[in-house]
Amino acid sequence: MTMTANAELKGQADALFQRKRLTAFGLPVLILAYLSYIFFAFDMPGLNERADLENGKTLIRDSYSYKTHVTRDNRSGDVTIAVEGERKGAYAPSAAPDWVSLGNDTVIDLGDGHVVTFGETTVSYDIPGYGLITAEPGRRGVQAVLPEGDVPDWINASKNRLAITTDAGRLTITRNRSEVFRYSLGWELFFFTLESPYHGMGAGELLSRAVNGEAGAIVSDVWNNKMWRHADVAWALFETILMAFLGTFGAALVALPLAFLAARNFAPLMAIRFAARRLFDFFRGVDALIWTIVLARAFGPGPLTGALAILITDTGSFGKMFSEALENVDGKQIEGIQSTGAKPLQRYRFGVIPQITPVLLSQVLYFLESNTRSATIIGAITGGGIGLLLTQAIITQKDWEEVSYYIVLIILMVMLMDWFSGLLRRKLIKG
Amino acid sequence: MPDLTNHPAARDVRSDYMDMTRKKRAYNAIMLAIFVALMAAGFVTADDRNAGGFWDGLHQLFDFPAEVLGEASGKLAEMPAHFGKFLPSLIETINIAGASTLLGAIIAIFLSLLAANGLARWPRLIPVFRRMMDIMRAIPEIVIALVLIFVLGGGPVPAMIAIAFHTSGALGKLFSEVNENASLKPVEGLQSVGASWAQRMVLGVMPLVSPNYLSYALLRFEINIRASAILGFVGAGGIGYDLKNAMSWGQGQYDEAAAIFLLLFGAIILVDQISSILRHRLTHGAHMEATL
Repeated sequence: MTMTANAELKGQADALFQRKRLTAFGLPVLILAYLSYIFFAFDMPGLNERADLENGKTLIRDSYSYKTHVTRDNRSGDVTIAVEGERKGAYAPSAAPDWVSLGNDTVIDLGDGHVVTFGETTVSYDIPGYGLITAEPGRRGVQAVLPEGDVPDWINASKNRLAITTDAGRLTITRNRSEVFRYSLGWELFFFTLESPYHGMGAGELLSRAVNGEAGAIVSDVWNNKMWRHADVAWALFETILMAFLGTFGAALVALPLAFLAARNFAPLMAIRFAARRLFDFFRGVDALIWTIVLARAFGPGPLTGALAILITDTGSFGKMFSEALENVDGKQIEGIQSTGAKPLQRYRFGVIPQITPVLLSQVLYFLESNTRSATIIGAITGGGIGLLLTQAIITQKDWEEVSYYIVLIILMVMLMDWFSGLLRRKLIKG
Repeated sequence: MPDLTNHPAARDVRSDYMDMTRKKRAYNAIMLAIFVALMAAGFVTADDRNAGGFWDGLHQLFDFPAEVLGEASGKLAEMPAHFGKFLPSLIETINIAGASTLLGAIIAIFLSLLAANGLARWPRLIPVFRRMMDIMRAIPEIVIALVLIFVLGGGPVPAMIAIAFHTSGALGKLFSEVNENASLKPVEGLQSVGASWAQRMVLGVMPLVSPNYLSYALLRFEINIRASAILGFVGAGGIGYDLKNAMSWGQGQYDEAAAIFLLLFGAIILVDQISSILRHRLTHGAHMEATL
């Protein structure tokens, strides 16, 4: 090799290295530049003001614990006890959890030595390590008496309102109402509401009663739980899966014949091919969001609208994929069938369909899983299925335990569909 | 030459074969019948639970598009102004998709390297990272977005985080499949000269897999634009939010909605086309350019 050729080669190598080095440094710089542009375009510095960390705290606390409200009407002296303060979770007038003792004075034990007493006219809260707080709510305001010294920041006292927040619970007194919150771990009344005779029973006793012929009543009490609405939730999950199922397979059925029109080797006319392909592009390009809005106008909210929105969008996707699969079909098999004197329809049935079935089926089943997720999202917009329940629970801004329950169910549902479609794929395509 | 087709053994084989074919056909027919029944029953159920029926609604299907188009064509002169008005929102929607794809892809690269056989930093933790990606993939974007909107307030940030979260799981799975198909020879070569794990990954794996990564990320970007438009509709900013507002103006005001429809449709088609050209070049090599 001559020197000049070597020098030329070296020059080329150097140039290549130069270029590689430039991309190696340039790419991260470009990414960083874009992200810093996003940082300001999305007003991240202002996020601090918009964000409400208090909301975040309630959200997280609510998702693993619940509170029981003990409320006294200061004028009539009536005491009501209700889980989460909801009527659905109210105790019967003479019933109370074991940490509340009803009587002339209502004594509420918040644990760790914290005791709140609703007396005849006064309310007192004994806080270990701090002292006794008494208050006399009435027409002249809340007259609170605090122990000597500075008022700590977890006590908020004014003329008409006293609020004390401790680790054990929370006491709020206004002129008309005294209210105590006690926090407990877990999801309240998940299986039985307070109305049910089975509330508070152990698993062993439930089992023995179930064996003795009460199984139906027990299951029905759980199923019709008013607080958690297990029956409605099951329906909603079913609706979401139904939307995905109808949408995916409906789209496959519509797309298959159309795909023949868009495949180069099956549609001889350029114009038909072009029209079919643009139709697919249109279906896909308009997007599920717009289809949902348009269809909801015609059919109203519900699972059918969601299913049709998925169906139309996926007809576009499937049409494109199917026609590509059809263009890759091996012609020999069709010729073989033709040589036995098969008519066109038979050629398709025995020459084409067996070749493309595994490809199409696996694509359709892949979509089934992703459409379960889409159905959740579309359900939130068009009002059907678990997506609707989720948005409703979020809008109330207090049922965060239900929100976390739904989220867990959605994740399980999607993973189940993923597993199921994988199973079908292996079974159908191998067998 | 003896006639083999009439041989008793051949007759057995033939009848066995016909038997099997009949059985297979019967199974297929049963499967098909079950499938058709499920579709029909599902359709009827969905129709029952819908607010309006399918057959009642069918003839109204084109009423709304016709109304929107009619109003838009009546105010054709205002259309350019509307396009100008909603262009910033469209850019925000595209930015949400772009930033979340970028962030998601970066997280996915780490997750996928940690979850790939033969490359993982801690081989014992491979199942942990795989399950993590499965869960991230299973969460629909809207779930995280709605919760974050409550905490962080409306705007593009909740949508970006929500889409990035799902994207890291989805891309992570695809990336780890790419990683497992990559040749291990460069990695072993680097290892033999004492390269650290990070050096092995950056210098040994990345050059092999980056075209595939890029191609998957582009495909994800197409999907994420649609997702970010939908999240806007539930309050996360961008053009989806404007669409929701324009829809709520009601009759006689649909010209803005029409402008947004057109912008969104155009953006999706444009991005799809560009990305499909780029992906084609990535998978078939740049030299194909000349022949295209």
